[in-house]
This record gives sequence, structure tokens and C-alpha cells, in this order.
Amino acid sequence: MKLWIPVIASAVVSLSVTPVLASAQERMPDTTQRKQPLKVWGAQFEELEYRYSDDDEEAGVWDADFFYGTDNFKARWLTSGEYSFEERAYEKLENQLVGQIPISKFFDAKAGVRFDTPEGPDRTYAVLGVAGLAPQWLEIDVNLYVSKDGDTSADLDAEYELLLTNYWILTATFDATVAFSEDREIGVGKGLVSTESGLRLSYDLIDRAFSPYVGVVHERKYGDTADYARAGVGSTEDWFAVIGARLSF
Amino acid sequence: MKRTLVAGTLSLLLPAIGLAGEYNLTVDRVTIDTGEFVKEGVGYNGKSPGPTLRFKEGEEVSINVTNNLDEMTSIHWHGLILPFEQDGVPGISFPGIKPGETFTYKFPITQSGTYWFHSHSGFQEPEGAFGSIIIEPEGREPFRYDREYVVQLTDKHPHASERVMRNLKITPDYYNRKQQTVGEFFSDASENGFLNTVKERLAWGDMRMMQADVEDLQGFTGMINGKGPEQNWTGLFEPGERVRLRFINSSAMTYFDIRIPGLEMTVVQADGNNVQPVNVDEFRIGVAETYDVIVRPKDEQAYTIFAESMGRSGYARATLAPEEGMEAPVPGLREPARLTMADMGGMPGMDHGDMPGMDHGDMGDHGDMVGENEMADMSDMDHSRMEGMDHSSMTMPEGGASDPFYAKGSGLVPTAANGGKFLSYADLKAQKPLYEEREPAREIELRLTGNMERYTWSINGVKYEDAEPIRLKYGERVRFKFVNETMMTHPMHLHGMWSILDVGAGQWNPIKHTVSVQPGTTVYMETEVDAPGQWAFHCHLTYHMAAGMFRKVIVEGGPESTQAASSEQLSEVGGDV
Repeated sequence: MKLWIPVIASAVVSLSVTPVLASAQERMPDTTQRKQPLKVWGAQFEELEYRYSDDDEEAGVWDADFFYGTDNFKARWLTSGEYSFEERAYEKLENQLVGQIPISKFFDAKAGVRFDTPEGPDRTYAVLGVAGLAPQWLEIDVNLYVSKDGDTSADLDAEYELLLTNYWILTATFDATVAFSEDREIGVGKGLVSTESGLRLSYDLIDRAFSPYVGVVHERKYGDTADYARAGVGSTEDWFAVIGARLSF
Repeated sequence: MKRTLVAGTLSLLLPAIGLAGEYNLTVDRVTIDTGEFVKEGVGYNGKSPGPTLRFKEGEEVSINVTNNLDEMTSIHWHGLILPFEQDGVPGISFPGIKPGETFTYKFPITQSGTYWFHSHSGFQEPEGAFGSIIIEPEGREPFRYDREYVVQLTDKHPHASERVMRNLKITPDYYNRKQQTVGEFFSDASENGFLNTVKERLAWGDMRMMQADVEDLQGFTGMINGKGPEQNWTGLFEPGERVRLRFINSSAMTYFDIRIPGLEMTVVQADGNNVQPVNVDEFRIGVAETYDVIVRPKDEQAYTIFAESMGRSGYARATLAPEEGMEAPVPGLREPARLTMADMGGMPGMDHGDMPGMDHGDMGDHGDMVGENEMADMSDMDHSRMEGMDHSSMTMPEGGASDPFYAKGSGLVPTAANGGKFLSYADLKAQKPLYEEREPAREIELRLTGNMERYTWSINGVKYEDAEPIRLKYGERVRFKFVNETMMTHPMHLHGMWSILDVGAGQWNPIKHTVSVQPGTTVYMETEVDAPGQWAFHCHLTYHMAAGMFRKVIVEGGPESTQAASSEQLSEVGGDV
């Protein structure tokens, strides 16, 4: 019986003391940077190049990506365009502002808006996309677009890098655009609209920050889109020799 | 309890008998010249590495640290057992040291051996903020030596650490220039057959994993005591002398395989604690580990200390010589290491869909890997179950080499360049156990997790920013189970309390402060929770730690006096790095 007294007493004491101790255990909260999500920014030009076509047309082309954010959310500005030196006009000028979140181990979802402001009529679209790394190291980017007028379209970008050496890299790209409704004003017919395939040989000259390349690009329009192009002055199929650089800051 | 009382009494008595030392350190911007490039960095007392601090066991030290930087700083005494307020981790032990401020660390030295110190703020440590600590024991050492040198290694990178982190987050293979190429495909094809090679590449491609994913950060210059390979740090000796080399790996990211061609090394200490001597030809030192070896050069000639990085992308080099200016040949780098399927042993989600190449024919005997159900849930897949897998068709560059601390058939198993003995964790036996052997109260599983493609690193799938602290109870013994589910090696470092690495030697298990966990393996360590307060517990690879492979450990309870002291501590909380 005597034995119980200290046990009970210590139980009572520990119970009454516990809350005090528990708060004392916290000591100090970690408010350092380490406890904050890591914030990262990036600026990359996947393509920044001069193109020379089999019809002796010259163009400047870029495809760039600027972002800021954490593992859980990134804000991205994607910009791409094509400037024709003959016509002194943007044949293509596309800007996207999207928010990006991870949805699986290798893939992210994106949502935002796209503004097309080339020579000719402008367009604004809502964008929903998925981007990531598919098996066998295929970089995939698929997007669905809905214009203000309700026209829908989609595109698929795929990229594969073949390491000839650890510095000489052969990059194969394939882009395809499909329209689910016609938008005649900007020359888009229903169905498969166009494809662009490229092969670029690059050399990592300064780290992965500056990698000059040369390559060939093939562009083709299909179906009604090709017919509209033929009716105008545009071509339906082009081969380009390209020279440029991949940049990463 | 008794031990604490004794320690308490001792610490009261010691100042009285005069064993107290005062030390001064300034934290400065410095210039670091690797011989290949010159870079701004952070150092101590105007240099990187900083000085060697020499303490005596039983001494009460006060160290005045003056911050001459324009940002917060801190010093962590790596491996030292001390009150948590003195441990130097901003946000966990104390708020940090403000620019222009002098902070005085005060703690008793209760141990002996080779240790080091470094900043725990931002990326100051990889920028050069580290130095070495030698603590002389109170009693006699169980080995003899005539002279000694600190051999402190680092992997100096030309890029600023902030930029390295950003590059790795954007392009995780940014620095990996040992990737498999078209050329390697053809050489593998001619060696292992075309179809086998295609299947192998497809299997890895399907998982989106790289066999070459051994070193995140290549392009560094290996340095020893602040000298690059060309600057050749040299330690002098008289032929016939026993020379004690205190190796410390202060690298941000690099494991080194160390050898001294022509000399056998006797390993006598690991992480500051004496081990039963082992003679080796070569050993691997993980990031933040220390190894003390004794060599006995008999001839009037120079010997090269060659530290080759684990992934074979770089090296550090120094010389032992009878006189200044002498040199010995510098070996070439061996073939880069390649991971094998065995290194994936701990991967969760290793189901059929993810791993088509891993079945059926080319993998040979499946042994006990039976049934769809087992394949579907491999998150708890341990080592022993993998042993039924025959990896013979997969590349095993090291041939039959094996080490119980690597996955069976792992591509990372090291072998000695001269074909001799390579140190394994299994060879480490404590010279004198620090604690009585007893059953741990509980086991805590820590899965080492990450995603190489996103460069996220975590524990149990949770990054530090989202994690709750690990709570331990003062006086208990806990068993930590590390399950490495990533493809990289992680040097796990628990502050404030010893990590008793389970090598199967019972009470002779070695006592460490940093435990390397190889991919595809499960490693156990036990800890006597004898230090109240809160502590850091993390992967010591700088960029893994910064990306979230970090935990706060709270030790609940403890001696009355410490409770009171730490409640007071509450009033001065806050602070930033």
C-alpha cells in the first residue's frame, strides 16, 4: 500500500506538469529559410534561332519559358514566335501565362491564358495542359485551348534528346496541332492543322547555359488549313535550315 | 542519471582546476584559389578551411565567434556532444549570429578524437565555412604515432551554391557529365549483346531513372587542406615514422575513395571514436564522416594521397614526402560507376507497369519474388527478398565484389585499386563501447525518399517545410531504421547524440555521428537519448538538406536543471538565418 503513494503522487505531478513541459519542449519554432518552401526562378530559351527556308525565306524564331515558384506551384510565362524578315511582321506571336502544379511523380498540370497577337487578327484562349516526362525520356507537353468564341484546339509537343557524347546532343522534336472547330479568319481548318518536326545538333559550350546548335526543321499544313494557305500566298510545306542556341539562365 | 551527476560535478570542478580555454574565430569573406579557378567564399580567421581547433578532453571551452559577414551566420561543432543551445543550428539551437555580432559558445569537452566545425546557415558551408577539431584524450591512446596531420577534403565548385541549387532544381542532371551515351550503348552491346543492352536501356528508360545518377554535382575541384591537385598539399615525414592522418570529408556533395599507393593504412578511428584497428588498402569516406588512419612509410620516397570521387568525376590529391617538393605518380580515374537494378531495391511502386524490363527471362531466376501481389507492393521490399533476383544480365562493373552495406549486386560496391582490402562498415568495431548494451524501447522507421526528376528530397515522403518534429524521450534507447528508397547515397547526421551503427557486432557496434545509407539498402542505428533539447537530423549532402531531407528532433523530458534552463531559453526565441 505504501508503495502506491509515491506512484500516485508522481502520476499526479507528471499530469499537472505535463502541459507546462509540453510547451517548454517546443523551445523555439524554426523560422529560418530552411523551414520555408524553396523558391526557384528560371529563364530558358529552348529555341532561339534563325531559319532559312527552301523558298529562300528568312525568319527569326524563339520558344522561351520564364518561371518562378515552389515545388507546389509555379507561375510560368511561355512565349514563342516567328518573325519574317521579308514581311517585317510576326507570322506567329504567342504568349501564355499559366499556373503549374504537380499531379504525379513525373507530370504537372497547367492552367492559364494564351494571347496570340501576330500580324492579323488576335486571339485569346483559355489553356489547360499537362507536361512532364514520359517513359523512355520523352518530354511531353499537351495543351487544350478554348478561344473566346468557343473554338477549341489542342497541341502536342514531344522532345527527345540523344546523347552522342556528354556534350554533343541530338534533339528531336515533334509538334502537332489539331482544331476541333474551324477558325477561318486565322486560316485554321477543322482537323489536323499542322506539324513541325525538327532535328537539332547542339554542343554545350558553357555548362548548360549556352548551347549553340544547327538543325533542320520541317513544317507542314494539312486538310482545310492547307487549302486556306494555298488560297492565300502561304506555303503548305517548308523545309528550313536553322542555326541558333539554347539558353538557360 | 548517475553519469549526468558526475558530469555536472566535473563541470563545476573543472574551471576551478584551470582547464579552461578561450578561442577566437572570425567569420570572413575569403578568396579561395583551387589552382584551377579562383572564387569568393566564406572562411574562418581569414582562410578556408579555417584553423584546426585543439581542445583537451575535460576542458571547458569558450569560443568567441565574430561575424564579419553582412548576413547571419552560425557554427555547428560537428560530432561534439554538448548542450543543445551550443549546437549552432539557427532556428533549432539558437537564433544565429547577426552581422557584426560576437557570440560566445561555452561548453565542456567530454570526448576526444577528430571532428570538424562548419556553418549551418544558408550555403556558407559549401562556400568554404569549415575547419577541423582535434581533441586530445585525457588518458593514453590505444595506438602510437610520431606525427599527425589533418587531411580535410572538400569539393570546391566554380558555381556559387545558390546557383547550383537553382540549376539542380531546374535541370536535375545539369552537372551530370557521366551519362550514358550512344558510344556506351555500342560498347555495352558488344560486351553484353545487342538485345540485352536494348532491354536494359528500355527498363531504365521506363522508370525514368539513370544508371549514371551517382553524383549530382560534378565539375568540382577536389581539395585537401585548401589545396587543389596541382597545388599539392604535402605532409612531411621521416622514413620509419608512424604518421596519423585525420581524414575529414567536408564536401558539399562528394564521397571520396581514398588510397595511398604503396602504403597500407590502419584505420584506428571513425567519426572521432576509436575502432579496433583494421588494415586496409582503400576506404570510402562519406560526406561529413571522419576516419583516422596510421601509415608507416619506410622508404625515402614520396607517396600520393589519392582521393577519387565515388562517381569518378573528380579527385583530390596530396603528398606525403620526406622533403618538400617531392612527388609520386598520380593515378588516373577509374571507370565511372553505374547503378544496377539492385540499387533500386528500396523503390516503392516497383510494380509491373513501371518495370517491364525487370522480368521475364533477361532477369533470370526470380526465386522468391513470386506473385503479382508481391510485385505490386514493393514499398516494403527489403534486401533479403531481392536476393532471389539474379542480376547477371545487368551490368555489374565491379564483378563479384560485395559488401553487406550495399545492395547485393550494387554497381556502387567499391573495390580497392590494387585488388586488396577495401574498408566496409562491417569492419568497424568499437574499441570501447560508450554505452551498456540494452534493448531499444522502440523502432523509428525513416524512409529516405526523393524524386530525382524534380530534385525533391524528403524523409518518409515529407519535406522539412511540411514535417512535424521527431519526438524522443529522454532516457530511452531508440532504434532507427533507414530505408533508402532513392538511387542516391545519403549520409545521415543526427546532432547531439551518438549514432550506434548496427554492424551486427552487438556491444562492439561502432559509434558514429554520420551514417551512410546506400541505395536499395536498409540500415539500422541505435541512439541513447541522453541529451535534452532539440536537435537537427538530416542528410549531410548540402543540396539534399536544402531541398528538404531534414528533421527537427525534440527530446522530451530530461534532468530538472536543463528543463529550467531551456524554459528560460523560450524568452529569446525567433531569429533568422
